[in-house]
Amino acid sequence: MYEELLLTILLTSVPLILAATGELVAEKSGVLNLGVEGMMLMGAVAAFGGAILSGSVIIGILAGAFGGMMTAAIFGVFALGLATNQVATGLALTIFGTGLSGLIGAPLVGKAIDGLPSLHVPILADLPLIDPVFQLDFLAYFSVLIVAMVAYVLKYTRTGLILRATGTNHDSAHALGYSVLQVRWLAVLFGGMMAGLAGAYLPLVLTPHWAEGMTAGRGWIALALVVFASWQPWRVVIGAILFGGITIMQLAGQARGWTIQPQFLSMLPYLATIVVLVSISRGGGVAHKAPAHLGRLFFPSR
Amino acid sequence: MKSISFGKWLSTGLIAAATALGMSAGAAADGMKVGFVYLTNPGDHGWTYAHEMGRQAVEARFGDKVETTYVENVAEGPDAARVIRELAKQGNDMIFTTSFGYMDPTLKVSKEFPNVKFDHITGYKRSPNMATGNIRFYEGRYVQGVVAGLMTKSNKIGYLGAFPIPEVIQGINAFAQGLRSVNKDAEISIVWVNSWYDPVKESDAAKVLIAEGADILAQHTDSPAMLQTAEKAGVLGFGQSSDMHEFAPNAQLFASVNNWGPYYISQIEKAMDGSWSTGEGPNHWAGNTWKGIGDDYLVLTEFKNMPADVAAAAQAARDGIADGSLVIFKGPMKDNKGNVILKDGEALDDGGLWAMNYYVDGVLGNIPN
Repeated sequence: MYEELLLTILLTSVPLILAATGELVAEKSGVLNLGVEGMMLMGAVAAFGGAILSGSVIIGILAGAFGGMMTAAIFGVFALGLATNQVATGLALTIFGTGLSGLIGAPLVGKAIDGLPSLHVPILADLPLIDPVFQLDFLAYFSVLIVAMVAYVLKYTRTGLILRATGTNHDSAHALGYSVLQVRWLAVLFGGMMAGLAGAYLPLVLTPHWAEGMTAGRGWIALALVVFASWQPWRVVIGAILFGGITIMQLAGQARGWTIQPQFLSMLPYLATIVVLVSISRGGGVAHKAPAHLGRLFFPSR
Repeated sequence: MKSISFGKWLSTGLIAAATALGMSAGAAADGMKVGFVYLTNPGDHGWTYAHEMGRQAVEARFGDKVETTYVENVAEGPDAARVIRELAKQGNDMIFTTSFGYMDPTLKVSKEFPNVKFDHITGYKRSPNMATGNIRFYEGRYVQGVVAGLMTKSNKIGYLGAFPIPEVIQGINAFAQGLRSVNKDAEISIVWVNSWYDPVKESDAAKVLIAEGADILAQHTDSPAMLQTAEKAGVLGFGQSSDMHEFAPNAQLFASVNNWGPYYISQIEKAMDGSWSTGEGPNHWAGNTWKGIGDDYLVLTEFKNMPADVAAAAQAARDGIADGSLVIFKGPMKDNKGNVILKDGEALDDGGLWAMNYYVDGVLGNIPN
């Protein structure tokens, strides 16, 4: 019973980890892309369509990543190429992605596939207590791997330094000769790819069918997680598991007849985000945590 | 048929509406125009899908005599009034608003357009030109309960609820009545998902219930996610609103299918011959029309994945409800705290059905307030 609950918590956290890590990289470069929900949906529909057409879940995953990336490219054209307001463009991208994925997905409704099989890590998967950790699918392990990579690149590499510099002060980065727009383009595309993978996880692993709007707000939770994690990759993992844990525990609590209000528990992750926001803004200010030029427009001519 | 998504509706605005009015006034001069407002989109494969099937039944039945339009993804609340008003302005003679939350917006617009006939689904408020219609969904739940009671080995039934509103409580209690009619030891655990439609959360809730030992799952939410989860875990369950056996060929015992076609067709026919009415009293929970299994408003799919004797018991319960010989809520009936609700020989009337604020015997826990 405990193992099944832990497994469910881990599974429900994976798309949040993927999407939030992608958004974190984009935000580190100074781009606030509120279109995560739309990119996830495009990734989900591309992944499911790809899996149905090719008969291969692996092709589906690649299609999902590509779908998310292409949706992010639309954001890039407007917010980076034409320097439109990032908040408005991101919101528009979510609305656009929701609608377009529904249109593309219409012929896929009612179809079902065999999802991505879970791996059974030898020996470790038979351990007591922690065995669910070793019974996940490879995309779940990939998500942790990529968090490690992002954490490493951001902290220890020159690439990470350039990325952070672009987000902290794009004028300085520009003056030093770095192409701010190029860095941001790559970060946005990476964010799109990760959101696409997160979306792909839904119809390929969690609920093996396509349904319009099936992300049901998880893109927004991923956005909140980036703030919750105060832009630090490993905290995204903690936040996602915490969020997944609260979600699952409130469901389990109901099944066991706990008297606590389910609405209250559903609210907890958001409450936690607000508490984190308040605490980091009191302790030295959000400015120290958030990339200083987050959401600011950059005009290379200046 | 003309379909307009809500996003497009927003963007094209009045110009498109005016154009549509201009064009369709000529095109459908002799036909009747009927509009439908959908909560989500037919792709939900549940609630809205069932309404779309009903609309298609209308098209198939009347052909050129009726022109239908639908607007999908219309949020409940004030925004809906705008969409309903647009449909009325476009010259629709009759407008079906297909979710409970459209009740007040429909009422408001019905007063602005006294010559348009409004038909609201699953609500209770009415006006001189606003009728209400509903299906006795709970009848199918009783049959589900009978099957669950005979099929369960763990005697633990998992039940996903969307929101604790009267219709859902009715369904839970009807399920429990069916369950306890064949199995005195089985109990129902309710998990509220707090959404009509969130596939991942529905799947999570199903996993949790299975982890807690449930071997039969039922749902009052809209996506096929629960059944897919059941299929994967090797437990059984029931489809919601539409037949979901494609998603769970080995797990779906049967589905209760909302069959709106006969209702829509009969309302349109009544509007055509002038006998359409909105009944007497202004507010009335049950609606002008509240029919169920006996009138094919609720259809049960084939009984599958169960032994023949269970299927026979399910069929007997279904037939008993259809011909009225089986009364679902009759005495002696207690709530799950032991209070007597109905004495021997008593039965709940329609008013009592809508006033349920208790779980009957067999359901665990309390109704969230």
